[in-house]
Amino acid sequence: MKYARPPAGTHPPNDSPGYKSTTLRHPKEPLVVIPHTLSELTGPVYPYGRIEADDNDLTRQHPGDPLGERIIVQGRVLDEDGRPIPRTLVEIWQANAAGRYAHRVDDHPAPLDPNFSGAGRTLTDDEGRYRFVTIRPGAYPWRNHPNAWRPAHIHFSLFGTSFLSRLITQMYFPGDPLMPIDPVLNSIPDERARQRLVSKFDIDATEPEWALGFTFDIMLRGSDATPMET
Amino acid sequence: MAGLTPFQTLGPFFDFGLVIPDGGIVARPGARGRRIVIEGVVRDGAGDALPDALVEIWQANDAGKYRHPADEQDRALDPALDGFGRVATDTCGRFNFKTVVPGRVPGLDGRLQAPHLAVGVLARGLLTRLVTRMYFEDEPSNAEDPILALVPTERRSTLLAKSMAPDHYRFDIRLQGEGETVFFDV
Repeated sequence: MKYARPPAGTHPPNDSPGYKSTTLRHPKEPLVVIPHTLSELTGPVYPYGRIEADDNDLTRQHPGDPLGERIIVQGRVLDEDGRPIPRTLVEIWQANAAGRYAHRVDDHPAPLDPNFSGAGRTLTDDEGRYRFVTIRPGAYPWRNHPNAWRPAHIHFSLFGTSFLSRLITQMYFPGDPLMPIDPVLNSIPDERARQRLVSKFDIDATEPEWALGFTFDIMLRGSDATPMET
Repeated sequence: MAGLTPFQTLGPFFDFGLVIPDGGIVARPGARGRRIVIEGVVRDGAGDALPDALVEIWQANDAGKYRHPADEQDRALDPALDGFGRVATDTCGRFNFKTVVPGRVPGLDGRLQAPHLAVGVLARGLLTRLVTRMYFEDEPSNAEDPILALVPTERRSTLLAKSMAPDHYRFDIRLQGEGETVFFDV
């Protein structure tokens, strides 16, 4: 497996003034380019921690049903050749339907839901597919700028095939009016890349009389083709 | 689909989703090699500690073998060491790992690299993952390490964990400003 440097504009620059918290947290010295040795070409590709049967169903982790709109979020994890990455760990975490995280530091005055923790994990199957059942998260305010609100999103964490394919990202929902004014999403320079973070409503993933389905495919670094180094 | 999925920040509220119980214990009982504790603090450009960062490490075992199919060396795996660690910083920005000193692994031309851990740093306010390496200040082979050689001499010390006591190392991560850690473009 080879790992070309990502095309310009795909990932956000760490110095993104629209997102205030980047101000003191981005390196100012230039990154040092290094070749890929065995230390980079390997990585934690095996699942870590135990995965329980209901870990991919965030609506069944407590005695009662969580409040909100039940949804299915599913998709495939692919390498840059479009080939599925089987048996790779997918972790998600999110706010509840009211836009509140089950986290000690979140002081947004919206209700916690005793039946919703908001974290899930699963392994992709042999075709690279994953599937979660959850609740559509709410939008919530933050203090980045006056009247700032984050669009509804689900956080994703993936490992892929090596240390180089590690990805932390956020999935958004189609049509969310907060997306065009969100500094986090819009830190990504390339509009086409931004659109890849927006899930698609999928009638085929929707289960009749039960839950709407959204598809979110994820492409991680790594290709068997000769990389075009720039 | 066409194109890589972009990075986004971890945000501030990740620990209930990502923290693994005992995620800082990389070497389980019985692991081969010299057992060490690595501790440090993650700081920002103002020198303030980050209470909301996630530090991940990846390393070879004592024999210099990675638990990964791309490592085709004829060296033994260690059943008590997978090589991955993940911890969130505490309210004072601190993190620590309990592991063993990794063996030397080959570089590009087959020459051995000095013992090191690959390190990834994620945090609120960081829109991607920062990648660095941790070496050991008391390791003579640092002088011949091909990756350290790519780092400007005056900044190399930011990649060297300091020996604080026997088997106890200190590796602080400075995201910006004075003593800024060297981060890599991989």
